[in-house]
Amino acid sequence: MSVTVKLPVQLRPSAGGVSQASVEGTTVGEALESLFASHPELRERISDPQGSLRRFVNVYVSGEDIRFLDGVNTPVTDGAELTILPAVAGG
Amino acid sequence: MAVSNLRCRECDATYPLEARYACERCFGPLEVVYDHAQLAGGDVGELRRRIQAGPQNIWRYADFLPLVDGAPGPSGRLTSRVGLPAGCTPLIRADRLANALGLREVWVKNDAANPTHSFKDRVVSVAAARARELGFHTIACASTGNLAGSVAAYGAAMGLESYVFIPADLEEQKILSTGVYGTNLVAVKGTYDDVNRLCTELAAERDWAFVNVNLRPYYAEGSKTLAFEIAEQLGFELPDRCVVPVASGSLFTKLAKGFGEWTDLGLIDGSLPAMNGAQAEGCAPVARAYAAGQDFCSPVKPDTIAKSLAIGNPADGPYALDVARSSGGSVTAVSDEEIVEGISLLARTTGVFTETAGGVTTAVLKRLAESGEIDTDERVVLVITGDGLKTLDAASGTFETCEINPTVEAFEALGADRAREASVR
Repeated sequence: MSVTVKLPVQLRPSAGGVSQASVEGTTVGEALESLFASHPELRERISDPQGSLRRFVNVYVSGEDIRFLDGVNTPVTDGAELTILPAVAGG
Repeated sequence: MAVSNLRCRECDATYPLEARYACERCFGPLEVVYDHAQLAGGDVGELRRRIQAGPQNIWRYADFLPLVDGAPGPSGRLTSRVGLPAGCTPLIRADRLANALGLREVWVKNDAANPTHSFKDRVVSVAAARARELGFHTIACASTGNLAGSVAAYGAAMGLESYVFIPADLEEQKILSTGVYGTNLVAVKGTYDDVNRLCTELAAERDWAFVNVNLRPYYAEGSKTLAFEIAEQLGFELPDRCVVPVASGSLFTKLAKGFGEWTDLGLIDGSLPAMNGAQAEGCAPVARAYAAGQDFCSPVKPDTIAKSLAIGNPADGPYALDVARSSGGSVTAVSDEEIVEGISLLARTTGVFTETAGGVTTAVLKRLAESGEIDTDERVVLVITGDGLKTLDAASGTFETCEINPTVEAFEALGADRAREASVR
């Protein structure tokens, strides 16, 4: 499955300046692993030392927060769009 | 100026005072750091006099706000050459409310008395001024309603273009009282959290100052002025307890930061007040985490009449939990029915008509009083953040209107009926 990952400005310097990347995977977790394989610097930016997503990292599949889905086990279909964003407060 | 740099709350990485909000190393939120060591030569009396000699608006606290060039110019409570003066809202002794709840001393901080009728004018004042310092020509925001009106108004007042993004199902009063300022109003089909995500993406692509996204570190500091005012209005003393609405958790944590900064400087004595957060049951991610003993918040899909608090993914939730626990407070959620009763209780005992968020706060105060969590000799401050005129529907059904023919007899018949009803009771 080919998945597009949209990167926030904060991560672009660690990904060679690109704003999105094309990766492979059938779940969010696999897609992220594929992203880390091509951009190793991103791993520690997004994941904590235990391998979980850092607490101020939000990941969306087609606009839906993966915490409302199945977390990193959320399935992704071919052509899906995965968006990574920092959590922001203030209403 | 006292402001020195931005620092990550999670990993302490530092950054220059630019339009940035998230740490590039760990995504943690950035916060403004100050160096107050040299302020007024360390003389507390002099520092108090300096504050008291300031204008009757939030810029009297400019030493504690993140503007590099200082307060934006001459202004007072009712005169201004630099946009809308916010703050210096009334702190009202609410003895009738205290009596109704069996408490000794309750004060209502009525922040509906700001230029656009909510506390958001404090944060937008700071963010818009900082946006101008940074050279932006456009301000923008994601809003649950109150921020929308404030950004639109400050854009108009300061001659800045503005873009305001709101959930499409917002109360009509909030939409009307925003659009009137001539802003670019964008209603998004989705929840506030969807709007917030969209604006976070847009902030990366547009050269705009999103007050609560890329200017969030500066914006959030404006909330501290509520703490400063409460302390100053109580004669440079701390209350024992504050009851505060929680949406993103930003106001709640910045109130604590404000009290802490002044305590550290010796401007006020004592320890942080017990901080009680107030949420609606239909959107209570922080209250649920508090009850479950967690230090993180699981996001929820909001379903409550308290739309101004309807943030299901509260980014400052973990810090709000820290503040509630470390101060001996709590975070409590109340039902929509209790919210309406809260609006009514506050209106009938204080003459202050608040929006649904204030109904949440008042209802939580009532809960805490009834459960015995508040000692009867405490001095409690109830933080009212918005105006009832913005959520009028919530007030319908809370009273009856008597309709009569225009004759004295008709009126007296009514009176007789009422007296009879009273005697039956």
